[in-house]
Amino acid sequence: MNHHITLVVNGVVREASVPARRLLSDCLRHDLGLTGTHVGCEHGVCGACTVLLDGEPVRSCLTFAVTVDGREITTVEGLATGGELSPVQRAFAECHGLQCGFCTPGFLCTATAFLRDNPAPDDEEVLEAISGNLCRCTGYQNIIKAVHRAAEIQAEEAG
Amino acid sequence: MKPPPFDYHGPASLGETLRVLAEVGPHGKVLAGGQSLIPLLNMRLAAPAHLVDINRVAELDTIAAEPGGVRVGALARHAAVERSAAARAVQPLLGQALRLVAHPVIRNRGTVVGSLVHADPSAELPAVLALLGGSVRLARLGGEREVAAAEFFTGPLESAVAPGELAVSAFFPALPERSGTAFCEVARRHGDYAVAGVAAAVTLDEDFRIAAARVACVSVGPVPVVADVTEVCGPRPAASVGWDVDWDAVARAVQDRIDPEEDIHATATYRRHLTGVLVTRALKSAAHEAGHGEQGEL
Ligand SMILES: Cc1cc2nc3c(=O)[nH]c(=O)nc-3n(C[C@H](O)[C@H](O)[C@H](O)COP(=O)(O)OP(=O)(O)OC[C@H]3O[C@@H](n4cnc5c(N)ncnc54)[C@H](O)[C@@H]3O)c2cc1C
Ligand code: FES
Ligand code: FES
Repeated sequence: MNHHITLVVNGVVREASVPARRLLSDCLRHDLGLTGTHVGCEHGVCGACTVLLDGEPVRSCLTFAVTVDGREITTVEGLATGGELSPVQRAFAECHGLQCGFCTPGFLCTATAFLRDNPAPDDEEVLEAISGNLCRCTGYQNIIKAVHRAAEIQAEEAG
Repeated sequence: MKPPPFDYHGPASLGETLRVLAEVGPHGKVLAGGQSLIPLLNMRLAAPAHLVDINRVAELDTIAAEPGGVRVGALARHAAVERSAAARAVQPLLGQALRLVAHPVIRNRGTVVGSLVHADPSAELPAVLALLGGSVRLARLGGEREVAAAEFFTGPLESAVAPGELAVSAFFPALPERSGTAFCEVARRHGDYAVAGVAAAVTLDEDFRIAAARVACVSVGPVPVVADVTEVCGPRPAASVGWDVDWDAVARAVQDRIDPEEDIHATATYRRHLTGVLVTRALKSAAHEAGHGEQGEL
């Protein structure tokens, strides 16, 4: 049996007809065609599938689409405003916080929510915030730099 | 890596949830945060015919902190309990343990009660409930029972929840005056399940001597192993030069009580060693907190 659900994805009302077992990650990618959200492990370990649910980062591979019927989702496609990359996206580009880019959507969503709640984090806090996201390329150092740089950019733009 | 098909139920109230659970009986499973159940479904290690999703049952999303303890409803997420200043004030061990449960993003969805029902032998919260002598309230259509922690954890990944039952809340009792707590663990990476971990609670008497000391150990048995070490610890005066306690004897007393197993992460011998070290570390930290709490400085 299929369930008719409505999600507000990146500010746009989207409808889909999905079986109950459809993971939110697959709903976004297959039913809604938003392939920016990546799928790595499907058991919650890698963080590549992280999206924002009503603003809070969650694993889309550990969430059923039916459970979040009616809620707001932000994916990596929704982080930029108009044609302009968000501060977190610009910082990742500037600091070489990505190589192959597979892990990047998850890091961007995680860091976006983290910096909203903690605009001036120290090293320890940044490490803990991204501890649930795996990257096989960068060695993390440039990702840590990028999160700090994003905090700077946000502060500059706010001031 | 996709879940097997199931019939989905999304009740909006507690009453409706209990009715559905009674109907589906042994073929049903409760879906709370999904942070343990969905991985099991994705890996096809579980295939329930019915899933009863409690995420819309707002009346279960409660955290009630009273002087006697903290009652956490079935839909209270790890992150919400961790952030609750009221819960922290009444029972600091909750926050101390939750910081070690998985990663912040997992804690945004996972629930405290779900973690207790899941009863992973390496999980932090079952040890907290066992150490404090807390309880879990189970409801079924037409009835309710309160199960003490000592009877709640029945084996690895097994708890006292029967088919048709919903765990509606868990109660974490407060400790007496001049008490302190700590949770220390060793994990391969921050956020991983612990290779070994110890929760400790220490209460001091009016002369600041150790009046009660207990630990609960994870990852070293099928269920959390609780050990009362009051006898080995005290009553010793809290001399300014440090606690006049034979810590090696305390560590040995706990090591004698556990029965760790070997797996790919650690040998049994290493787990036993770690547990000894963590027992000492956690008890010292708890005793320190007990002596420096609101009730008075050492
Ligand atoms: C990458 C990763 C790392 C993790 N690391 C840790 C860790 O270090 N320590 C730790 O403790 N946990 C860890 N977890 C697990 C996490 O804490 C889970 O949130 C928790 O174990 C289960 O809570 P849940 O609400 O997600 O339950 P669910 O996954 O929804 O359910 C788990 C089980 O409990 C049952 N259940 C849930 N709620 C109820 C209820 N109210 N009544 C009856 N039955 C119920 C379900 O039917 C199911 O069998 C980790 C998870 C992931 C994905
Ligand atoms: S795909 Fe979701 S955490 Fe790896
Ligand atoms: S950039 Fe390749 S996995 Fe992170």
